[in-house]
Formats: sequence, structure tokens, C-alpha cells
Amino acid sequence: MSIALSAQHLSASLGGRAVLHDISLDLVQGQWTSILGPNGAGKSTLLRAMAGLLPYSGAVSLLGQPIQSMPQRQRARALAWLGQNEASADDLSAWDVAMLGRLPHQAWLAPPNEKDMAAVERALRFTQAWDWRHRPLGQLSGGERQRVLLARALAVEAQVLLMDEPLANLDPPHQADWLCVVEALLMHGTTVVSVLHEITIALNANRLVVMREGRVTHHGATADPATRDAVCEAFDKRIAIHPLNGQWVALPHIPPGNFFHPIQQDAAA
Amino acid sequence: MNTTRTGWLLALAALVCAAFVLLGLCIGSAGFENTVGTLLGEHTSELERAMARQIVWDIRLPRTIGALAAGALLGLAGALAQGLFRNPLADPYLLGSASGASLGVALALASMSSLGGGAGMVGGSMMSEGGVAVSVFSSSVGVRLGLTGAAFAGAVLAVMLTLSLARGVQHTLRLLLAGVIVGVVLGAVTSLVLLFSPDSLQAMQSFLLGSTSFIGWTSCVLMAVVWLVCVVAAWTLARVLDGLSLGEATAQSLGLPIGPLRAALVAVLALATGTAVAQTGLIAFVGLAAPHLVRALARVPHRQLMWLASAMGAVLLGGADLLARWLIAPQELPVGVLTAVLGGLYLLWLMHRGTGALGGRTA
Repeated sequence: MSIALSAQHLSASLGGRAVLHDISLDLVQGQWTSILGPNGAGKSTLLRAMAGLLPYSGAVSLLGQPIQSMPQRQRARALAWLGQNEASADDLSAWDVAMLGRLPHQAWLAPPNEKDMAAVERALRFTQAWDWRHRPLGQLSGGERQRVLLARALAVEAQVLLMDEPLANLDPPHQADWLCVVEALLMHGTTVVSVLHEITIALNANRLVVMREGRVTHHGATADPATRDAVCEAFDKRIAIHPLNGQWVALPHIPPGNFFHPIQQDAAA
Repeated sequence: MNTTRTGWLLALAALVCAAFVLLGLCIGSAGFENTVGTLLGEHTSELERAMARQIVWDIRLPRTIGALAAGALLGLAGALAQGLFRNPLADPYLLGSASGASLGVALALASMSSLGGGAGMVGGSMMSEGGVAVSVFSSSVGVRLGLTGAAFAGAVLAVMLTLSLARGVQHTLRLLLAGVIVGVVLGAVTSLVLLFSPDSLQAMQSFLLGSTSFIGWTSCVLMAVVWLVCVVAAWTLARVLDGLSLGEATAQSLGLPIGPLRAALVAVLALATGTAVAQTGLIAFVGLAAPHLVRALARVPHRQLMWLASAMGAVLLGGADLLARWLIAPQELPVGVLTAVLGGLYLLWLMHRGTGALGGRTA
């Protein structure tokens, strides 16, 4: 198994506060790894540090090369990033936004070539954003914008794709579509790393990284019961993971006695 | 699709500007007069023709072209500022260039006043027609160069002060705050200078109100050359602004060297604004309104926006200049006052229309 992205003794601070503490992690090429943990665990910070978008101490390597010593454009071609709440590009059309994903492949003043056009079209069709490619981003709904932004990240056609909360604003059917996109990427050998709050969706990943208070508490295959236990543990056992129709479903644990507990509601009825 | 629309809009703006130039030749202190007819007519005397030629060539033509060039500079600066700060309400003067230029002019006027020994040297406003030895828009080359240089130096120094206070260009919010602080402090210092040099007050007022009245060929050429340099530089860097509109992290992830490119954009912004302010004084709202008007007509990437905002700025200031000359002829309105009133009304209309053009989202 070759390693796509690796962190060794990674630590990072935000505003003078230490957020990540001595994290060592190897992410396997061609697999989907999802980072899980409660709010403030440092998931997004870890993702940003591994993308080289944040100052850190320790070492991060991308496809076997130290990320900081890679030329910026080479790194941008190898690693695509989809951030949280990005975009205020209201004036740009969906097509223009997706075309920005081709920047690492284009010479500075060169117009897009056939390859760029084809990649953007593929990405927009893939995310079902093709039909409104001429509409400005400012005229799209939150979910539609998110699909365009995903298309922008896909248009990079990088070997490694990092996504921070990619399901924000997506309704459940489009969350399922996102899973199809990830599946197709994995079939092409792309390495996918995501931070998700939708634990049920994250449980479809090949591997899970469980974080708490800036540390990785567990890293393992989702199929391993110990990994799922670690997820519940990270949330203080306030969630429970159940099998349902062949997939894992995470539900918040509602204590008996709470008004919303089903048994309580049955009794009230 | 966008490129075609941009082409049409640029062609339309060029036509409007050409019409403004023709009108500009004919509108003067006596209102509308057919100067072109006098110049070309067969039944006019040589003396009349010579006078008309002098009026057109020395005063009206450079003034009209200068207004268009200053408008283009401000429109371009507005588009740059709004892209750079990712804020549709950003103004070209945000980095402190306006207050720096004001202080430069105030200091120059105060020193000229003290050297000249009295009010006879300093004073006069664009409203007065009697010849004054020195005003902010004096036609004396030495004074003109001195005040223009002072305005430009003030603008550049203020921008540098803003950049040093913000510790570079890495943080947009810090840059904005530093610009506001520099603006307030330099504004206060300007007031203090004027307090100690009351003779300069009237002349200073002319600068603060903004005017295209005394633009000569030198200013025209300077502004045209600077605009050309700036628009080409901005066009070259426009992709950075497109990338930045997706957020700094995303722009960085796309392999754009954000720090150096942002510094280059700030330099272009400062050069465009400083040059316009130095030639025409403070003309409000053109830089703010021009990119908005473009967005109302076409949603385009920054590469096209740079040209369109320049064209729109030229149309706005060219039109305002004609109105300022014509509305209360033989008197003249300060063009800065006119643009402020019209621009303010336009922004109010935008706000009440509530289409999200001021940054709000409808979706």
C-alpha cells in the first residue's frame, strides 16, 4: 500500500493556541479516509495543515515528497482542496468557477485549451451542475453553489482531494450523489480525505481518523468494530452506530427520561 | 457569451465617450456653443477660428479627455479595490490614498502660502474666474507640478503607511482597518495644517471638491499612460482576483503565490488612485459606482471587469464633467459634488432595489 499523504509529528496553533498536538498519520493512496470528531477537535485544522495551507511544525509529505518543498503549481496539480464556506464569487458563472480549478494546469496568460474545457465539462456534468453552467454563482441556491464548488475541486483532476465539510447545504439525495462522485473518484485511483459532520455518510469511508482535543485517538478501517467504538467514544458515547439495510447509521443517543425519547413519547401518547 | 457582451459594451462605451468628446468641445462657460461649426465653417473669420481653435485645443479638449482618463483610472481602481478586499463596498480611497493626497496638497499650499507671504499667492477656487496666482488647479506649470507631485507623494506615502501598519498585504481585514486608521489620522493632520494656514482653506476646498477644470495636456498624457500601464497590469493579475473570490485558502491551493501577487495589485491600485487624485482632486463615488454599474449590465470575470469598469468610469466622469459645465453655466459646479450626489442616489436606489448587488444574496 503506497501512502498518498503523510503527517509526522504534526503540531499547529491558531491565534497562539495549540490546536494540533504531535499527530502522525499515513493516508493510503486510492482510499477514502474520513476525519471524525466532536466540534473543536481540530479536524479542519488537520486537513488545512496537511494541505499546506497553514503553518505547522513537523513534516507533511504528499505522494512521497515533502509538501513545503514542492513547487506551488506542482503541489496544486497533485492536491485539490475544497474548503468550508468558500466563495463569494457571485459574479462568476458556474463555468468560470469550475475553470478556476484548471489554473494549476494553465500557463499564466494562456486561454483554456481543449483539455481544460473537457475537464471542466466532465466535472460540471459529474456534479449535475452542467445545466446551469452559464448562471452566476450569486443566483444559485446554497446546494447548487456547493455542487459548483465541488466541480471546481474535481476539475483540478488531482491525485489527492481534500474536502472540508463538502456536504454543507446539500439535501439527502445530493448527499447520496456526492457518495457516487467519491466512489467514481476512488475507481480512478484518487485519494479522498474528508472532514464530515454527517457521521452516517462518513461511515461509508474506507478508513476513519477519529480525533479529540487536537489528537488522533484512533485510525483504522471502518469495517473494524474497534473503529466504530472509537467514534462513539470520541463523542462521549452520546451517539450510537447501528446497522440498517446493509449500512451503518449513526444516531444521537437520547437518554431515557428525555422528552424526545421514543419510549417517553409512546408513554405520553 | 460573456466575451461577446463585453465587446458590445466596450463598443457602446467608446461611442458614448466619442459623443462626450464632441459635446465637450462645444460646452463652455457660455453653455452650449457650436465651436465645431466655427472651426469648420467657411463663413467664420480667421480671428474667430483662431480663438475657437485655442479654446478647443488648450482648454476643452484636454479637459474632456482628462475627465475620461481620470474616470477610467478611478473605475479601474474601484474594480481592483472591490476584488482585492472582496467587498462590493470597497472604494479606491480605502488604503488612505485620498487622505494622503489631501495632506500633501495642504502642506504644499501652506508652504507656498508662507513663502509667498500672503493671500495673494494662495487662494481662488474653481468657481472664481478671476486669475489667481496659485490655486490647487492653477495653470502655472511650476505650481501645478508642485501640487500634483505633493498629492501623488502624499497618496503613495499614505498607502505605504497603511501597508506597514497592516504588516504587509497578507490579511485583508488588517489592511482595511489600517486604511481606515490612516485615513482618519491624516484627515485630522490635514485639518490641523489648514488651521495654522487659513489662507490655504479656499484653495484646499477646491481640491476636496474635485475638479476637471484645469486638466492640461500634460495631465492627460500622464493619466492615459498610467491607465494603460495599470489596466494591462490589472488584466494580467485578474486571475488572482478570481481565485481570491473563492477565499484565500482556495486561491493558495490553486498554486497562486498570493502574497507577491496581492502586493502587485495593491501597487497598481495605489498608482491608479494616486494619479487620478493628483490631477483632479477628490472625486467621489466614481470608483465605487463604476464596477457596480458594470455588474448590473454583465456578470463577468475580473479580466473583463477591468476594461468594463474603466470604460464605465470614463463614461461616468465624462458625463458628470459635461453636466458640471452646463447645468449652471456660466458658473460651474464642482464635478466631485455632482458625482457624490448622483453616486449617492444611485447607491441608495441599489440598496432599495434589494437585488443583492450590494453583496446580499437572494438564494
